[in-house]
Amino acid sequence: MRNFEYLAPTQVKAAAQALSEHEGVTAVLAGGTDLLSLMKQRVANPQRVVGLRGIRELHGISKQGGGLRIGAMATVQGLLDSKAAGSYAALMQAAKGITSPQIRAMGTVVGDLLQRPRCWYYRNGYGLLAMHEGKSLAPNGENRYHAILGNKGPAYFVSASSFAPALIALGAKVTVANADGERQMAVEDLFRIPGAEGERENTLKPNEIVTEILVPSLGDWKTATYEVRQRRLLDWPLAAASVACRISGGSVRDARVVMGHVAPIPWRSSEAETALKGKGLDGGNAEAAGKAAVAAATPLSQNKAKVQLAAVAVKRAVMLAGGKSAV
Amino acid sequence: MATKYDWPAVEERSLIGKRHDRVDGPAKARGAAKYSYDRNPDGMLVARLVTSPVAHGRIIGIDTSRAEKVKGYKGHVNILNPGDEVQWAGKEVLAIAADTEEHARDAAHAVAVHVEKLDHWVKEEDVKKAGEANRVKPAKDDAKGPDLAEAWKSAEVTHEGYYGLGVITHCCLEPHGQVVDWTGDDIKVYASTQAVARIPADLAKGLSRDESIGKVEAGQVEVITPYMGGGFGSKFNIDTWGIACAQLSKKTGKPVKLMLDRNEEVTVAGSRPSDYGNVKVGAKKDGTIVAYESETWSTGGIAGRGSPPLPYVFDNDEKLAQKIRHLNVATNIGPARAWRAPNHPQAAVLTMCPLEDLAAKLDMDPVEFFKKNADLTARPDVYRYEIDKCAEMIDWKNKWHKRGDSGSGPVKRGLGMSLHTWGGRPHDSTCEVRIEPDGGVSVNLASQDLGVGTYTTLSVVAAETLGLDIPDIRINIGNSKLPVSGASGGSTTVGGTSASTRRAAVNALEELKGAVAESLGVEADDLTAKDHKIFAKSDPSKSLSWADACKKLGTRTITGQGKQPDRNGGKLNDSGVGGVQMADVSVDTETGVVTINKIAAVQDVGLVICLKQSESQVYGALIQGVAWALYEESIYDQTSGKMLNADMEFYKLSGAGDIGELEVHMVQNKYDDRGVIGIGEPPAISPGAAISNAVANAIGVRAPTLPLTPDRVLAALADA
Repeated sequence: MRNFEYLAPTQVKAAAQALSEHEGVTAVLAGGTDLLSLMKQRVANPQRVVGLRGIRELHGISKQGGGLRIGAMATVQGLLDSKAAGSYAALMQAAKGITSPQIRAMGTVVGDLLQRPRCWYYRNGYGLLAMHEGKSLAPNGENRYHAILGNKGPAYFVSASSFAPALIALGAKVTVANADGERQMAVEDLFRIPGAEGERENTLKPNEIVTEILVPSLGDWKTATYEVRQRRLLDWPLAAASVACRISGGSVRDARVVMGHVAPIPWRSSEAETALKGKGLDGGNAEAAGKAAVAAATPLSQNKAKVQLAAVAVKRAVMLAGGKSAV
Repeated sequence: MATKYDWPAVEERSLIGKRHDRVDGPAKARGAAKYSYDRNPDGMLVARLVTSPVAHGRIIGIDTSRAEKVKGYKGHVNILNPGDEVQWAGKEVLAIAADTEEHARDAAHAVAVHVEKLDHWVKEEDVKKAGEANRVKPAKDDAKGPDLAEAWKSAEVTHEGYYGLGVITHCCLEPHGQVVDWTGDDIKVYASTQAVARIPADLAKGLSRDESIGKVEAGQVEVITPYMGGGFGSKFNIDTWGIACAQLSKKTGKPVKLMLDRNEEVTVAGSRPSDYGNVKVGAKKDGTIVAYESETWSTGGIAGRGSPPLPYVFDNDEKLAQKIRHLNVATNIGPARAWRAPNHPQAAVLTMCPLEDLAAKLDMDPVEFFKKNADLTARPDVYRYEIDKCAEMIDWKNKWHKRGDSGSGPVKRGLGMSLHTWGGRPHDSTCEVRIEPDGGVSVNLASQDLGVGTYTTLSVVAAETLGLDIPDIRINIGNSKLPVSGASGGSTTVGGTSASTRRAAVNALEELKGAVAESLGVEADDLTAKDHKIFAKSDPSKSLSWADACKKLGTRTITGQGKQPDRNGGKLNDSGVGGVQMADVSVDTETGVVTINKIAAVQDVGLVICLKQSESQVYGALIQGVAWALYEESIYDQTSGKMLNADMEFYKLSGAGDIGELEVHMVQNKYDDRGVIGIGEPPAISPGAAISNAVANAIGVRAPTLPLTPDRVLAALADA
């Protein structure tokens, strides 16, 4: 880890002012479960770290306008313990997939959205695009955990966020602050596929801070998340899906289907959503939605299995949303 | 002929064979136990390694000029020099010391190693490709037993298949390394090692190659390792980092700590060779196995490794025709080191899996099939007994079904089994048991406790022999100045140290009896020690408490010596054991995720000293086994030549939630007269084969290679 300056402001504005407009110069610290390991591995080398812990308004999870507000310092454990969040099944199921008590206690929900990809090429210093001697190592290399969608290049990593698929399915927004003020945007718009080395996988500017997540009122949405995980010990899902549906007259009126760990961004599947609309949430339709979700998948040299895992994740999330057992 | 050293008969044992808590447990739980990593002598410097950035190359230059200007820099030593070749990424090139770990890392980062790249190769499963890259060499070509062609003719049912398992690493929770404190002529080494008594000579030899240091005597070196956090066969030598650490201590005049970090530990501090291959087996219709033929290959890094002992367990070369061909693939990966039961876990997969496939083809229950063929093993009765016992523990009769769970739903359940064997010959050991005038007893020997229960087993042996309790015994191990005892490898420690301790304790007690006989008015031979008393067998009223008996020593300390081996020292140990394991798994056929429901293990190790510690060794082996059966693999990138998962995130081990129910049965009071045999290796052999067989039983097809990750299981299902 390189030496850095640490600042602990008590106001959002001061925090934003302390951030550089240039990529990589400064970093925002919440729980630190990702940033600190990136710094130890010298993948991130900020000259200044701005801690958010001292900003009181960023803590806590509360009801707000019929919906839910999750402050930037609210932890995964805080979400699990929150009565206000309890009815958002998709969120709670995603939280339960983070099985490490340490990560639950320290890691924040916003931090989960903004954590950097777990791609081992990136973590071994080859950059987000896994470049080595002018070529990406990923598409014909060790890509069993890499993307099956949105992988036409130059990015092959997968978005690692546990909560983004659920939050997108729930229609959540984030508030983004900078030195001049704040704005809101859909969680979906927070993510992007980088087009060149040096571009990030999110749309924040280096001097911006996500201060909160705003989840709308659940209303009559039925939601669920299903993660295909190999171990009960802390482990990244091999594929995950979150689903939100509105039912009327026994069939789906609205549907949002978002997959995690399959693409460089949380991958919203209009194909699966279309497949569900007008249908009941039974096994056959759930399976059809899963198949539709991966119809356009383009697996790499080693990750063909992921296509099936993603389809099963969608199918099982739909089953759970419909109040049935996943298996 | 019976001797005074023999283990007491079963009815006379008050401690041996019973369950005892680990005597070092409380110190470890409280954090009072000091591991090498915990040593921080005053003024200590911290050293870090600088390693090779490429998998194969020649060093052109090492530039330390920037590093020497880093704040806190105190010195460096070269491990390799310009002109030297590196054969794997992560190979140690230089060690650099600074006043703090942070500064040492900064300094290490500032060193530039310039390397001319050479061709590298890190993959071996595709042996054809490896051959085209000129990486394959024949290692073994062997035929035994009856005529093979005749045997194949007589075989009524045959099966041929591909099986294998990849490279894994030891992943010791306490990484390799040491603290060296070189003061004057004395070199203290707090080393994380499996070989306390061997390290002084190893270090002295390494240091003597440094002309600036000159001749170093092994007698100058004191190795201090009261506790260590796992070795599994990877910590027998001082290694380059140990020598460099001592050189830095000499150079700077300060104590220096150099422990590997997790990435280094996983990359270079030990790997278990892979094995892949095609196996053909044949049997008569009644299930009698008649032929085994294999063509296998593996990698153990650039220097290779031995070959797996095939066929495994079922290896009778009078009855079974066998032909074995093995190839070595030279790869630029961290070199192989002994891993719990070297070569046996691989051999179990390459034997028990094809045999269970053959049983399925024969339409036979594997329990009956393996029992029927037990005559092909070295210990038929042991295995038949263990198979029946293990089957009972896992409820084989009710839960086993023919290949392919026919139940509804995507989750399928299955059972599988495997057999194993190991030697466990005791190592050489010398021990001194002291009895002090104040009644204190100490057991002194330069052995080590890898976390396996040596403190406890030696306490049991000494207390049993002297008629005392476990807390009455002080165990002094983990110091090279104590009487020499062997390295802990190959399941040799409990057999060796229990024998030397038994003999030393018997000899010490003889001397104590001699010292008190006259005052009790009896012959020394008539005395015995039990329940903290020394009394006459002919007249128990002639008795002294242990404390009063020891007072008779005046100012004299008794030193009883014991040795292993000792031709006149009774039959205290043996080698050669058998074990059986069975696994019960569930497989989600839509996701390929395998879940362990239960593993049952039955193990014979002759005389069990402490039941709880023996069982713990088996539990540990099963937990480790679940990891390499389902999760663990070293992943190397062919283009960059690097290991990509040198961390605890994608180098996946099993957690408490992943291991299912584990049930262990130690065979006791059946083979006790053989004496003590080691337990470290045997239970670590079978888990992979048993779990793979259970998965095949559940889903009806064989997923041929371990670890049984979802992609491998789904591929097998898709191919079916």
